[in-house]
Amino acid sequence: MTLQVFVFLISALIVLSGALGVVLARHPVHSALFLIQTLFGVAVLFLVVEAHFLAAIQVIVYAGAIVILFLFVIMLLGVDRSDDLRVEPLVGQRPLAYVSGAAILGLMLAVINSVDGLTGRIAETAPINRPSAGTPDINILAETIFTDHVFTFEITGLLLTVAVVGAVVMARRIPGDLQPIPESALDSGVLADILSEGETPAADEGDAEEGGDS
Amino acid sequence: MIAQQAYLESFDWTSWDLLFLVAKVVLIFGVLLVSVMLMVWFERKVVSDMQNRIGPNVAGPWGILQTLADGIKLFFKEDLTPDGADRFVFKLAPYLSLIPAFLMFAIVPVAGDFSDGKDGSVSWFGQDLFLQFVDPPMGILLFLAMSGLGIYGVMLAGWASGSKYPLLGSVRASAQMVSYEAALGLSLAAVFLSSGSLSTNQIVQSQTDGPFFIGGWNVFGLGFIPFVIFLIAATAELNRPPFDLVEAEQELVGGFHTEYSSLRFSLFFLAEFMNVVTMSAIMVTLFFGGPHGPVLTDTGGWAWGLLWFFLKVLVFLFTFVWFRATLPRLRYDQLMDLGWKILIPLALGWFLLLGALRVAEIEGWNRLVVVAVGLAGIFLGGLLLTGAIRNARLTRAESEILEYG
Repeated sequence: MTLQVFVFLISALIVLSGALGVVLARHPVHSALFLIQTLFGVAVLFLVVEAHFLAAIQVIVYAGAIVILFLFVIMLLGVDRSDDLRVEPLVGQRPLAYVSGAAILGLMLAVINSVDGLTGRIAETAPINRPSAGTPDINILAETIFTDHVFTFEITGLLLTVAVVGAVVMARRIPGDLQPIPESALDSGVLADILSEGETPAADEGDAEEGGDS
Repeated sequence: MIAQQAYLESFDWTSWDLLFLVAKVVLIFGVLLVSVMLMVWFERKVVSDMQNRIGPNVAGPWGILQTLADGIKLFFKEDLTPDGADRFVFKLAPYLSLIPAFLMFAIVPVAGDFSDGKDGSVSWFGQDLFLQFVDPPMGILLFLAMSGLGIYGVMLAGWASGSKYPLLGSVRASAQMVSYEAALGLSLAAVFLSSGSLSTNQIVQSQTDGPFFIGGWNVFGLGFIPFVIFLIAATAELNRPPFDLVEAEQELVGGFHTEYSSLRFSLFFLAEFMNVVTMSAIMVTLFFGGPHGPVLTDTGGWAWGLLWFFLKVLVFLFTFVWFRATLPRLRYDQLMDLGWKILIPLALGWFLLLGALRVAEIEGWNRLVVVAVGLAGIFLGGLLLTGAIRNARLTRAESEILEYG
């Protein structure tokens, strides 16, 4: 058994046990921790196939940012109290889950079928671009993204920006139409206070209240 | 560069490879632990000098063994687990903090002869070695990944304590660390642009040619701004003063580790100081040429590299202590404003300018014109951003007046 197979087996074990843990853990925070374990195992799998950059990005983006956000939501919104599982939050969610689960299983079976049995060797017919040995994968990736697919890349970037702006707009929707600022508030100098640098939001709030009362 | 797969296949369990691997691990482990011990002493001593106090002076000469005494004391203290704690996560968190701190150091080239275009390798016992633990192709990204993982230690420690001050402290800490990681990554991009590689060894090599030995260092080549951004973001990432809101004593008791005692507390403490040492080493590698420096003897160039590396790291360790002794703590909204509204836009703008300069070099444009246009662009962008922030404040003020008025 070469070291490569050894590393593969261990990381596969990490990935699978983590995935089981995500589903079976009773506590959302524990599930999130198991998710990190799975992501980490996948990163090691990337390393085994020489995809160093993907491995690093896997940890930086998924483990370092996305699961952190999950944890934020779980901790701050108090979802860590046990939920009533009998209530379906979205109607039709469960049947759909079965359907998509079956679809993913079918997809995986198809992939396994297209390669050489269970050893995972690539079938003769599969088109694959083998990079020249020794070139770091980041160079190959960068060349592909910024030459052949530069337009797709830019559009994806724009899409993400639009999504962020949209999220901010939706989260900060102001109730009702904007009215002109009342004269009383203008006179009391509240706006000047708020506009001046280094004002705390808390202080703003207090000032605004006072201004309204006067 | 050895491809990982070939490396994995050619790895011989019975050969010197394994011995060297183990030796390097043990060496780094030991050096880091001792450096933390000395760093804690150094910090206390320098801060007390700056405040006209004596500082630790009982244990050992100049009190140098004080940290050891403190460590032994902590070791024998009672280990408490709060009633409301999530036991497993509570016990896991210190290790999640400590292990990334160790792993981060693996990519730092600590010694080697980089003068006159040498690649910093040495031949010992018939082996060609680089004096760093690993030099993976993803190089410095490993550092980013590990500092990303380090956040979990802090975050989970606060949550698992089952108490409100630690939770508030950990939420603050993780929000701060995630925010400043963005600025940290963007200033790193400038380094990648100049070195054309992620590998730390290549980054050091790319800084070796230039006038007076120091002319090639990235801190000059990239125009100071990326270094300054990195230094500020690193201080925030380390939760060191003036960004130590994580453990703001007046507000949060002790922050995320309030409920920790005994050995578990000392693990957090260890991780914190180890991160200071590692971050200084990373900064030296990225911006100050790592072990690069004049070699004054014919043989043993690697030892000179070690000396220069040590001296450079010492400068940064002193800088961090200096920050602590002189700068007052920021308020939380100031901290977020600094990170999101100043550092990140500035890092992006400066990166664009460096990119434009690189294009100018290839196309043969006039450099001065490019710099002038670029700086004007950054200035205009800054004005736009300031306007947008002002406008957002105005809108918020209006809505608040509507709501409360």
